[in-house]
Amino acid sequence: MTDTAVDAAVDAHDDDHHPSDLFYVKIAGILALFTALEVGTYFIEDSVDPWFLYLSLSVLMIIKFAMVAAYFMHLKYDTPWFRYLFIAGLVLAMGVYAIFLFAYDVFGLG
Amino acid sequence: MSEAIATKSDQAVDDHGHDAGHGTTTGISNNKLMMWAFLGSECLLFGALISTYLLYKERFNGFAEGLAPFAEDGRNIGPRFGGSDGEGVFDIPFTSISSFVLLASSLTMVLALSSIRRGEYRNFRIWTLTTAALGSVFIAGQIYEFTEFVEKGLGYSTNIFGSAFFTLTGFHGVHVTIGIVMLLATYIMHKQGRLNQDKAETVEIVGLYWHFVDVVWILIFTVVYLFPQ
Repeated sequence: MTDTAVDAAVDAHDDDHHPSDLFYVKIAGILALFTALEVGTYFIEDSVDPWFLYLSLSVLMIIKFAMVAAYFMHLKYDTPWFRYLFIAGLVLAMGVYAIFLFAYDVFGLG
Repeated sequence: MSEAIATKSDQAVDDHGHDAGHGTTTGISNNKLMMWAFLGSECLLFGALISTYLLYKERFNGFAEGLAPFAEDGRNIGPRFGGSDGEGVFDIPFTSISSFVLLASSLTMVLALSSIRRGEYRNFRIWTLTTAALGSVFIAGQIYEFTEFVEKGLGYSTNIFGSAFFTLTGFHGVHVTIGIVMLLATYIMHKQGRLNQDKAETVEIVGLYWHFVDVVWILIFTVVYLFPQ
């Protein structure tokens, strides 16, 4: 194995871990499309069931959040330990504050 | 021979600006680990602020008459009365543009990181300054929006909704401002020759913070501005 071969192997490894600029542009385009869809719901909210809006906006929000975290923050490519740390914070926050909000009947389900 | 190859390989990996955890006992970069732990804890901060907003936004819908949303002159002040035809203080089209600006800044941030990893310093400087500029546009929009709200009668202490709203969005604005300072510091360090391809991880860590600010705005924009009242 020559030095050139090692360089090539390292470059290939590098390409595996870091997508091309075009890939990032495509991800940003998808995020912009989803944001446009979200904004679009504002103009039709008077004629649509609010629960449908809550559901569709929540789904779009979660997808956008996951895409930024996975691709722009490289969680998809980095060591899983970073993912565990971030998800631990997220799950803890969602758990604690979901209990808090249900306790105060914020969602009107009580 | 194999030792020589290993040395060359290690050098090449370091030159590509990642795998900086090579010398740590865990094999993971301590700096990145610290940033991710910090971002995990930030989830709790923003979780608290968003939950408080959700709790108190009801107050301005009239569920707790007398507490909110009434201003001192008795006017009913809320964000989106009457939906898209209402007279609420929120300007959704304007805030939507701000959201697109912040989203675009995440793209330029990741392009800045890609550039410095490849050693393309001119592109790195352009994308870093563009990211800082887009962040500044977002902050300028937020200041304008806050000014408009105050002129329409919704101040920090007007009602309990106003306090929750300004605290949440204000904290986010402070985070964006800190991010802009970090980006400018990164740019200055690079100009001084203290930041180049082999220290690309520093840019990556600044980028993580910046993208986190973006994902928090994804939540705030939907929950605060777009969810039907």
